[in-house]
Amino acid sequence: MPITHAENKFIAPRSECEGDVLQVRDLYFSYPDGHAALNGVSLNLCGGDKVALVGPNGAGKSTLMLHLNGILNGRGEIEIGGRRLTRDNLPVIRAMVGLVFQNPDDQLFSPTVFEDVAFGPLHMGLPEEEVRARVDAALEAVRMSSYRDRLSHHLSVGEKKRIAIATVLSMKPSLLVLDEPSAGLDPRARRTLINLLRELPITMLVSTHDMKLVQELFPRTIVMDEGKVVADGLTMEILDDEALLTAHGLEKP
Amino acid sequence: MHFDAFDRYHEKDSRLHRLDPRVKAVITIACILSNALLPDGAWIAFLFAFIFLLALNVVSRLGIAYTLKRSLIALPFALIAFSVLFSTPGNPLSMFHFLMWDFTITDAGLLRFVSILIRSWLSVQMAILLVAVTRFPDLVHALAHLRVPPILTTIIAFLYRYLFVLTDEVFRLLRARESRSAASAAQRSGGGVLWRAKVAGDMAGQLFLRSYERSDRIYNAMLSRGYAGHMYTLNPHEMKPGDYFAAAFAVAFIFIIQILGRF
Repeated sequence: MPITHAENKFIAPRSECEGDVLQVRDLYFSYPDGHAALNGVSLNLCGGDKVALVGPNGAGKSTLMLHLNGILNGRGEIEIGGRRLTRDNLPVIRAMVGLVFQNPDDQLFSPTVFEDVAFGPLHMGLPEEEVRARVDAALEAVRMSSYRDRLSHHLSVGEKKRIAIATVLSMKPSLLVLDEPSAGLDPRARRTLINLLRELPITMLVSTHDMKLVQELFPRTIVMDEGKVVADGLTMEILDDEALLTAHGLEKP
Repeated sequence: MHFDAFDRYHEKDSRLHRLDPRVKAVITIACILSNALLPDGAWIAFLFAFIFLLALNVVSRLGIAYTLKRSLIALPFALIAFSVLFSTPGNPLSMFHFLMWDFTITDAGLLRFVSILIRSWLSVQMAILLVAVTRFPDLVHALAHLRVPPILTTIIAFLYRYLFVLTDEVFRLLRARESRSAASAAQRSGGGVLWRAKVAGDMAGQLFLRSYERSDRIYNAMLSRGYAGHMYTLNPHEMKPGDYFAAAFAVAFIFIIQILGRF
């Protein structure tokens, strides 16, 4: 079943909105070993928002991200584009939320780049021409068109990272969720990635430790610690609040 | 780090490389079956099968001795057939005593043993040639199109993809051990055999745990992109007249080999 998404419009960051792309309300989650990873997380994302998610290791950033497309199921409410996340509409939600994992070797599991980028669209049940068109468009968007028939294990980390982003772009998500995209990249690959993220006209939530990246790319920042959102506001203001940064193990860039 | 030790594909532009992977897979399987079905001592048929193989080597532009050079790796497996030397009834050729048993080599046993060696040697070379002229993903597709169950082709595809990742993981573990295998001057280093065995065992366990956790993350990545238990692929292969011709030619040749082997 083909899914059409509304055109993404770019809107300047608003501090408060209804959360038309993503609404998370009072999300609680504990791992099977009893470790409480999320202790009541609430946040809103609006169309065109580019939001950084920062916080120390173990703050619950990755756990939160795994909730956004229903891989993990905690207690609380999640709405994507006005749709409640339930077991029944998981397939639709998964096409709307493009989740890019930290390690591209986990994300690229097909033998060739083409097959990996086509995986999402094929599972959405799109016709062959549409799948091919989407693969071409997604690879074009990350400037990797010439890598179409390459084998994934022959790529460099930076290349794998960009292909990994293409694998979810091909599903035309309305929300892009990236887990530490700049980790392990050399300066040039990092720069290419930053330019790519800046150009992509999609709402995104990006978890990172790279505070320079936060400063450069994201107008809004959410700080998480111990499974809670401890600050949510303009990046400029958060990066100026040294007491807040120190309290949560962060550094001013 | 890239570890390409397992990649046996050799990029060349030849008729064999361009041939439809399904045809290549079918011809290879047909050849291996044909070899297995040839009777013992069908020397002329063996010779023709060998000539066929050499001809394919030449067509592939990899050099006439390409598969010969790589065929020795499979010899140890053929030695499993060693027992037929003694277990086939026939005229005794020689006898020897080993521990508490007497072994008798018979002429029929020798004939069978040599035939098995030749059969497996020819078959292994066909397989070596197949993976040398076919990109692995194409091969997996070919198998899928030939109605091999999806669960098998999926496992093969994952195996291929993560063999490289796993090998990297192993080498990282080994390197980490090397870097800490220090010695202080004038002191015996290395620890006892048991202790070293334990370290190696722990490393194997580590590797298993890491692979297990990785499989979890991969599964999550698949779920995120809509995986629900079925793999889908596009059909990138199309049979051209040349493919049908090659398939017909190979089948005819195998047929001739079979006839030669039986009369």
